[in-house]
Order: sequence, then structure tokens, then C-alpha cells
Amino acid sequence: MSGFKERADAALADPILKIAVERTTGTAETKRMIAIDAFPDFEAARTRAAAIKDHVIAHLGAYLEQFEANAIAAGAKVHWAETADEACKIVIDICKAAGAGSVARSKSMLGEEIGLPHALAEAGIDRVETDLAEHIIQLADERPSHIIWPAMHKTREQVSALFKARHRSPHEEETIAAMAESARRELRTQMLGADVGISGANFLIADSGAVCTVTNEGNAELSLVPPRVHIVTAGIEKIVPSTPHAIHMLRMLARSATGAALTQYTTFYTGPKRAGDRDGPDAMHIVLVDNGRTKMREEGLAEMLRCIRCGACMNHCVVFRQIGGHAYGGTYPGPMGAVLTPALDALAPNRDLAHACTLNGKCQEVCPVRIPLPTLLKGWREKSWREGLEPASIRAGLGLWAWVAMRPRLYRLGTGIAVRALRLLGTKGWIAKLPLAGGWTRDRDMPKPAARTFMAQYQKERRP
Amino acid sequence: MTKNVALFVTCLVDMMRPRIGFAAIRALEAAGCAVVVPEGQTCCGQPALNSGDRDHAAALAKQTIAALEPYEAVVIPSGSCAGTIRCHYPEIFAHDSVWLPRAQAVAAKTWEVMAYLDQICGWKPQGVSVDARATYHDSCSGLRELGIKAQPRRLLRTIDGLTFAPLAGEETCCGFGGTFCVKYPAISNAIVGEKADAIDATGVDLLLAGDLGCLMNIAGKLHRKGSKVRAYHAIELIAGMGDGPAIGEEA
Ligand code: SF4
Repeated sequence: MSGFKERADAALADPILKIAVERTTGTAETKRMIAIDAFPDFEAARTRAAAIKDHVIAHLGAYLEQFEANAIAAGAKVHWAETADEACKIVIDICKAAGAGSVARSKSMLGEEIGLPHALAEAGIDRVETDLAEHIIQLADERPSHIIWPAMHKTREQVSALFKARHRSPHEEETIAAMAESARRELRTQMLGADVGISGANFLIADSGAVCTVTNEGNAELSLVPPRVHIVTAGIEKIVPSTPHAIHMLRMLARSATGAALTQYTTFYTGPKRAGDRDGPDAMHIVLVDNGRTKMREEGLAEMLRCIRCGACMNHCVVFRQIGGHAYGGTYPGPMGAVLTPALDALAPNRDLAHACTLNGKCQEVCPVRIPLPTLLKGWREKSWREGLEPASIRAGLGLWAWVAMRPRLYRLGTGIAVRALRLLGTKGWIAKLPLAGGWTRDRDMPKPAARTFMAQYQKERRP
Repeated sequence: MTKNVALFVTCLVDMMRPRIGFAAIRALEAAGCAVVVPEGQTCCGQPALNSGDRDHAAALAKQTIAALEPYEAVVIPSGSCAGTIRCHYPEIFAHDSVWLPRAQAVAAKTWEVMAYLDQICGWKPQGVSVDARATYHDSCSGLRELGIKAQPRRLLRTIDGLTFAPLAGEETCCGFGGTFCVKYPAISNAIVGEKADAIDATGVDLLLAGDLGCLMNIAGKLHRKGSKVRAYHAIELIAGMGDGPAIGEEA
């Protein structure tokens, strides 16, 4: 796979991507702002949300055990998976034991993280993605580019073309209503015919053993209730102590993500169908997935486990808005992805992610659970430096510069020479081409430095 | 009461635009401060810190702390460098019982220049006039690490003849980001391109901001695209030095 820079360059060269990303993130930004303005004491609510998550993450084991006991009491089966592969194997074994020919999947980032779509395909199990955006992604054979709007990189025109090519009886019109209708026709029968429904979880509620999912399309309900078996895959950090805690987090999640007060559908699933229930699956399985989370907690990334996957950080990120989600190369894009991907994958191939950030702090400002994303990104930069992953040229350059900067008199001499040399490159106040930082001057000019440094002028005359 | 103030001159101000340092001195003196430029200062270490080179960052931080310790206050014409000393020095020495208190003491008395003039000195420029329409870009570190937003506007509003146009996305990063703009020039350029367009769309004469890094980035883009908007550090206008050359103009 190509590197971050190549992917970013490709994204920058794609004018349609730019339009598509800006449309969605721009709207999300505006709507979030309106929603937050109307929220009484949002800052206090953020503090509380962060505290709830910190508390459960500090006592993860105890809450997970409580959840497990209550989920079992409600009739669910609970499985524990250490790794992504283990999680996929558990899901596939359940599907096979159920004799499943097809599964209906309701969008879950954890599913993407553990590679479940791919694993299902390898096991020969047909999969229907029931979330509209995931359906688009499945048709296009791509990966999600955003955690809330997986197909945000596609324009309506592109989606329409895709539907026309791939749906069995698509409409000719390009209206949203016609396209939604076409997707509905395509998906409904497949959803209702599935043997197994697979979902993620937005929250796992410890004191009731319930699993909470939110969607805006109702696709989770439609794809999880009719099948015989419901499988939930959830990261262990999704736990909250009780329903009121979940409700607080939901209010933060919906407003931060889309600016809505709540998502259209919020459902709590507690165990499979009981005697006397009219519908529901015969069996419910919950797969609790670690996949590096315990390690993150131990290695200084506990704050990242607060993340409730709202997407606000990426919607407000200047870099994300220029390059879109695919450039990040992992399951999770944007600032949160830049922190998570090296933890889930490895630092060496992803060291660019921590650097491709201006440290402007906007992501931290909007994060509903106050994750210090810039600080965590700087943590990766430090680790990368310590482990010798940074390019030799940068190490040498910074080392030399620091060595000189530690010697004020030498530093003054050096800066004096530097400004004189730089001035030779300029004409009429501007430098149009810099030798070592050609990237800067490819698309912008560099102002010419002063004839003499501040320090030189100040020491000589005390005045300009 | 005169205040004994150390001026920390950032690397960029030192090399690229000394006028900003002199403007800071002029304004601080007008506000009743006795200004000293400590000899021992060079760079606050931010490039090393942001590159992950903690050892060099700590070494430079120690040098800077030692140079600035003797003064009543430290004033810096940059929200970014002030933010490094105020917010990040104590983090660097979080586990160093000797240097942590020293870092905290310097952090506590370090100020961005416009915040210092406004909040501590309660000073306003007098008899300064500039006949122009301006817009203001809020640089990220100053804004988010130090809460600098109203202070420069309060100071600038007392300048005669200066009127303001709001800037769409005034709190949005310009894509400078220290070494970011050199490491990822294409992404940085795309970001600053939008910033420059937004500034041009206001129809103003002047772009003002509180950090030379952002200003160089934005002014460089404006110049390349042939815009007529001229850029100054806000302290230059506040100090009555707005009649001098703008960034990129020959004196
Ligand atoms: S890091 Fe914060 S803003 Fe980003 S997705 Fe997670 S909770 Fe939302």
C-alpha cells in the first residue's frame, strides 16, 4: 500500500472528494455549533462525560464482569476475544453453528477494525450491509472514510451512478427520494431473509447487561430483530455503569456528531427473545473485544479509550477536511484515527499520522469527552523519536540546530549569517524559491528576512 | 509602578521581522514597563518539542528558564511561544523535582504581549491612527492554549480610523503548524489557500494576527495569488508602527 503522503496527494488532486467532504463536514460543524449553543452548560456536561469514561476505564475489569453476569442472566452468551482474529473466528463459528447462509450487518466501526467483512467473505458467508452508507461502500468495494458517514467521500451523483449500475431495479431519477427508495427495495428483502444479524454497540450497560445501539435509519432494528441469531461485537471500552450514564453519553454523542438532540433510533437490547415475546432472535451473542485496548490503557493512552466515536474531531480538523478519511490508511481517520491507528497497527508504518497535524487544538476543543488529542499525538512523535523511527535528516538537522541554540553567542552569529544568506535569494521583499524548503515556496512566497536580526539591532542601538 | 519585564524575542521575530520586537518594546514602555531583552535567550525549544525530541526540548527549556527567571514578568510577541512556556514547560518537567518548580514559576509569569498589555497593564494605545479596514486571524496556540481572543481586539479598537470586517473561519488554523508546513507542504498549502480566499473575500486592506508564523504563511499565500491585502503583526499597529512596511514590503 502506498504511504500517507501519496494517499494525501491523491486526495488533494481529487476535486470531487473535496466538494463531498466539505459538504458533509461543513454542515456537521454548523449543526453542532447550534446544538451546543442551545445546550445548558455543555462544558460541565463534557467534564461529566469524561469522568464517567475515566471511571469505567480505571475499573474496567469489575464493570465488564458485572456486565457479563447481567447479560448472561438475561439469556445472552458472552464471549471474550483478545485479538481481532479471535473475534472474527468467534463470530464465524457462531454463524456456522447457526447454519447461516447470509448475515445482515448493521454498521459498526469495531467490525471494520477487526476485519469482519473480509473474514465473512473468506468464510463464504453472504453479507448485506444494512446501513445506507455502508451499503454504498459495499457496492463500490471500498472502505469507510468517516466513522459516522462512511460514504461521505462520495457525491450524490456518484452514488446514483453506482445504484444504477448495481441495483436490480434502480430508478432513473437522481433525487434523494428515488435513490433511497431504490436502496430500500434492494436491502429490505435481504435484511429480512438473513439468518444472523451482526451489530456493534454504542454502549454496554453494566448494571443491566443491555447493549445500546443508535442509528438514524432504523437499520439496526430491522437487521437484528428478525434473524434467528443476533451477534454483538463490542470493544471493551464501550462499557458504562448504568442506563442514566448511557443517556448522558448519548446526548453528548448525538450533538457532537450531527447536532441532533438524539439519533432517530436508540435501542437497548437485553438478551434474546423471551417466552411470550412476539419477536426477537432465539439467541444473542456478545463478543467483547480487547484488540489492544488493555495495552493502550497500560501504555499511556487511557484517555483515548474515552472516545465515543462521534466524529467531531475529524469534522473540525483542517487536515481531514483537505484529504478525507482514506488518506489516513486505517479504520479510523482524522485526529482520533491518528492516535488509534499506531496503537492498533504499529507505529513505524504510521508515523506520518502523528506528524500530519498542525497541533492547532481544534479537535480537543470539540471532543465531547475532552480527549487531549494533540498531546497524545505528540506522545507518538516522542515515541517515534525515541525508537529511532524519525528520518536521519530530521534528527541530524534538529540536533545541529539545538546544539547551536544552546550556545547563545554562536546562535547570534548563525542567525546573522542565515538572514544575510536568505536575503540573497529574495527580490523585492519576497523569496519565490527556497532551496531546502522548496515545498513551502512551490505554492506561496516567503517574506525576505530583515537585513539584521533583532538581537543585532538591539545590542547595537537599543532602538531600530 | 514600573514593571521589570523581560522581552522574549521569538526566533521568527528575531530573524524575519525585528520590527515586531521593537513594537512590543515601544508598547510595553508606553504602558509603564521597564523592558529588558535577556542575553541568554535563543529559542524556546518548540521545534524540538513538537518533533518529539524531548531531550533537546528540555535542554532548551532549561536554558530559557534560567534566562527568564530573574524578571518580574516575561512577555512574548507570540501566542505560540508563550503557550509553549506557559503550558508545556511544566509538562516537560513533570517528573523533575528540581526543574518543575522553576518551570512553573516562569510559566506563571509568562504572557503573550497583547494579553499582558490588556489584562495586566490595563493599557490602551493613545493617539494612534490608521486609516484602513482590517480583519483579524486568531492564531491557534494563543487562542486555545492562552485564551487570547478579546485582548487584541480591545487594544485595536482604540486605534483611530481602523475599522473591522469579520473573517469567516477566523478561528480556523491557517495550516502553518511550525514544521508541519515544511513536512506536508501540499496539505498546508491547501489549508492556507482557503484562509487566503476567506481574507480576500472580506475586501479589507489589512490582515492582522498575533503570531508571525501564521502571518508569514498567510501573507506568502496572499502575495502568490496576487492579493492586495497587506499583513502586519497586530502589535505593530498597537505600538503606532502601522505606517511602516507590511510583511514582504521593502522598507
Ligand atoms: S476523539 Fe472525541 S471528538 Fe473524536 S470521535 Fe472520539 S469522542 Fe468524538
